[in-house]
Amino acid sequence: MSYEPTTAILDEETHEAINIDRTKGDFTFPERHKFDAGRGLSSKTVDYICDVKNDPQWVRDFRHKALKVFLDKPMPTNWATKDLENINFDEIRYYLSDGEKPKRSWDDVPPEVLETFERLGIPEQERAFLAGVEAQYDSEAAYSNMKEELTKQGVIFVNSTEGLKEYEQIFRPWFGKVIPTSDNKFSALNSAVFSGGSFIYIPKGVKLKQPLQAYFRINSESFGQFERTLIIADEGAEVMYMEGCTAPKFETATLHSAVVELVALKGAKIQYVTVQNWSSNVFNLVTKRGLAMEDAEVRWIDCNIGSRLTMKYPGVIMKGERARGEVISIALANTGQHQDTGAKMIHAANNTTSNVVSKSISVGEGRSTYRGQVHIPRHLKGCKNNTECDALLINSHSRTDTYPAITVRGNQHATQHEASVSQVSEDMLFYMQQRGLNEGQAMSLAVNGFINDLVREFPMEYSVELKRLIDLEMEGSVG
Amino acid sequence: MTTSLPHWFSARQEAAKARFASTPAPKRGDETWRFSNLKQLDFDGFQRSADFSPPAADLIARSTGLEKTAAKFIFANDTLIHSESSVPSGVICLPLAEALVSYSELVEKHFMKQETRLGSAKFAAWHEAMVSNGLFVHVGDNLEVEGAIEVHHWISGANTVIFPHTLVVTGKSSKVRVIDIFRSAEELEPGLAIAFNDLSAGPNSQLDYVAIQALNEVTRIIQINETSTARDASAKGFILNTGASWARNECLSRLEGPGSRSDMLSVSIPAREQEYDQRTFQHHVSEGAYSDLLYKNSLYDNAKTIFSGLIFVDEGAHHTDAYQTCRNLLMSDSCEANSMPGLEINADQVKCSHGSTSSQIHDEEIFYLQARGIDPVCARQLIARGFSVEVVERLNDEPVEELVLRFIDDKFAHIAGGGA
Repeated sequence: MSYEPTTAILDEETHEAINIDRTKGDFTFPERHKFDAGRGLSSKTVDYICDVKNDPQWVRDFRHKALKVFLDKPMPTNWATKDLENINFDEIRYYLSDGEKPKRSWDDVPPEVLETFERLGIPEQERAFLAGVEAQYDSEAAYSNMKEELTKQGVIFVNSTEGLKEYEQIFRPWFGKVIPTSDNKFSALNSAVFSGGSFIYIPKGVKLKQPLQAYFRINSESFGQFERTLIIADEGAEVMYMEGCTAPKFETATLHSAVVELVALKGAKIQYVTVQNWSSNVFNLVTKRGLAMEDAEVRWIDCNIGSRLTMKYPGVIMKGERARGEVISIALANTGQHQDTGAKMIHAANNTTSNVVSKSISVGEGRSTYRGQVHIPRHLKGCKNNTECDALLINSHSRTDTYPAITVRGNQHATQHEASVSQVSEDMLFYMQQRGLNEGQAMSLAVNGFINDLVREFPMEYSVELKRLIDLEMEGSVG
Repeated sequence: MTTSLPHWFSARQEAAKARFASTPAPKRGDETWRFSNLKQLDFDGFQRSADFSPPAADLIARSTGLEKTAAKFIFANDTLIHSESSVPSGVICLPLAEALVSYSELVEKHFMKQETRLGSAKFAAWHEAMVSNGLFVHVGDNLEVEGAIEVHHWISGANTVIFPHTLVVTGKSSKVRVIDIFRSAEELEPGLAIAFNDLSAGPNSQLDYVAIQALNEVTRIIQINETSTARDASAKGFILNTGASWARNECLSRLEGPGSRSDMLSVSIPAREQEYDQRTFQHHVSEGAYSDLLYKNSLYDNAKTIFSGLIFVDEGAHHTDAYQTCRNLLMSDSCEANSMPGLEINADQVKCSHGSTSSQIHDEEIFYLQARGIDPVCARQLIARGFSVEVVERLNDEPVEELVLRFIDDKFAHIAGGGA
């Protein structure tokens, strides 16, 4: 077992956590859309989106080309789960918006949208510790604002539509370069119908002390959310970006397919934090990749708790010497969920190092999967990779899989991969119960102990939230 | 001989022939052939041949193995050219062709029972359709075979294909050890072996199998292993790869009884342009079983290895202990090691781990030995050899370990710098 039971006392915080409302994200407001692309996907849908968004011609061409790639590409069911076949692309609504521009002030945001984000605690968090927030409601951002001094420093934090129109000279050279349209079927889908998401540019040497946050909310049934995020950190810049997401639990499946591209130029540092808590009817098929130039660092800190099926393998291409890539991942799969997550580390320069630490917990009939790829080509030297993945199985029908692939060419590198699977031992539970915890509390404590060293990697406010979420998910899983 | 083959066998061969024809060849995108070089699967122009050029006596003289054996068989192009046996009564140890006639029912009960699931179903069908000889061993209850049964398989002549088969069945509380040695009669004639070994360990028995592959470097081999272990049985499979231009090993262990154990071991030392492609599957069907895999590769020159392993724990196979380790020692700056250590766990109370490492010899290790008066070349040789020895020692039988090490040392002698 890779953790020790530390303090066997249930602190105040955990008590509180166990008592919070577990249906926090499960509410919905009536739809009020001015623009609706209808159900199904065709070149007409793409044109509709282009017209509504008033896309420049190059974007329209880009979308149409991507649509063709999407239609040509087969589903990756030769290696991925057959559950993908249950996505009905003809039933999904690809674009929904009220036609309003994102507001700079919460006061201007429509009341039900405001209430949505109030209930999710976004304005409160913004006041407390964020440098900027973008809140997306279905296809478009409803609110987008950033602290004034950052604007003065030249930081750009806008939605992707504004980014590609207003800052084309910075946006266009990198857009679709880290993740080409044809990377996979879902990146092609996103490229065809993307809307929303953030464009961020941090100028040379600017180090953001507080994180920027994006929050993605799905409000409408059978909706597909396809945000597109591009973050560029210029030489020596530093930024932490956090994203959260929720959706109400509808009867029908909802699709979320994002593309996130990060570019860390020389000496820059980007940390991208995700707490994914989609409701359990969401297919979450996301492509995320970062490019790290000389001495740059890209870190993906990823937590997947929600969704029906998540397929997400954040990657880092280490293109400059001494670049660093890291993926820290926590996944929790409950009954009816499949968390198929992992990491991709592509070493493309000398002395680059990468680290992957993944911990998954399978509860009930949940299934968690780790897929990894590490690639070190022949002409390089001094590359290092470390991969650790640990899985914890809670119940007898829980399931976990690990499928890493490591290619090393040449003898000047070092890679290591380790994985373990274990469960919470009877002895441990007994020990804690002896000290007055009930079985559920003991289990929660053990699980929190298992992931504790990773939770610490998340920003403070998130790690508290995370512990709560995990306690909630663990509730009633034993006995 | 064909006339006296049992009906069931001919029928199986006919069916296999049809299956071979109808099964599609592996193609790009097949997970079981990921990273593989599919060009190696072009077997056009290979034919069986009953003739072999060196006189049988020569090949027999070259078939040196253990000093003392329980039985020894030598095949050249699947034709039996020598046999001697001193196994105790109650043990059947015969060439497969003979066993098919005299123990037809017993062979039928165990012959190629498992489904080939690691990618080579087509080639397993080819083997089944074409197999004509090999070894059949059946050890009765409570019997022990002292020493090892040694089988030599020679390939001779250009573009010759052989289909050697080894079928070993152990009864309750019995014990046996079988060694297969694959070699080419000539240094420069391209050959092909589609080999199959089927190991079935009965309750509380101990079955050890060693395959030594030292073919010439223009020959290819596909070797498929299927092992099953009953309650409290222990099976040990060891593969040494030093020869062949391309070798594909598929090893599948099914742990069918509680308390059973499977050790899957391999040492591979590819050099020059050699490619070894190894796929393994530890299938925990029963609860309370143990499997342990240790594969070690030392890669020289432009060599390439692929290791893809999967531990698969069935629903209900609780209290499973399964371990998997693949380690690559990179001895040149142009070799390539691919590792895909996988786990699929559907049960509870399971202890599983897998590890994979790829690394070179560190300067500090060389320095340490240099400080003790060993020159750097010698130091590297020592470390490389020691790396393999760790696996060989797991065989736990000195004469067999010595035999395996002889082949390892012979390989090192044929690598520039003596394996340094």
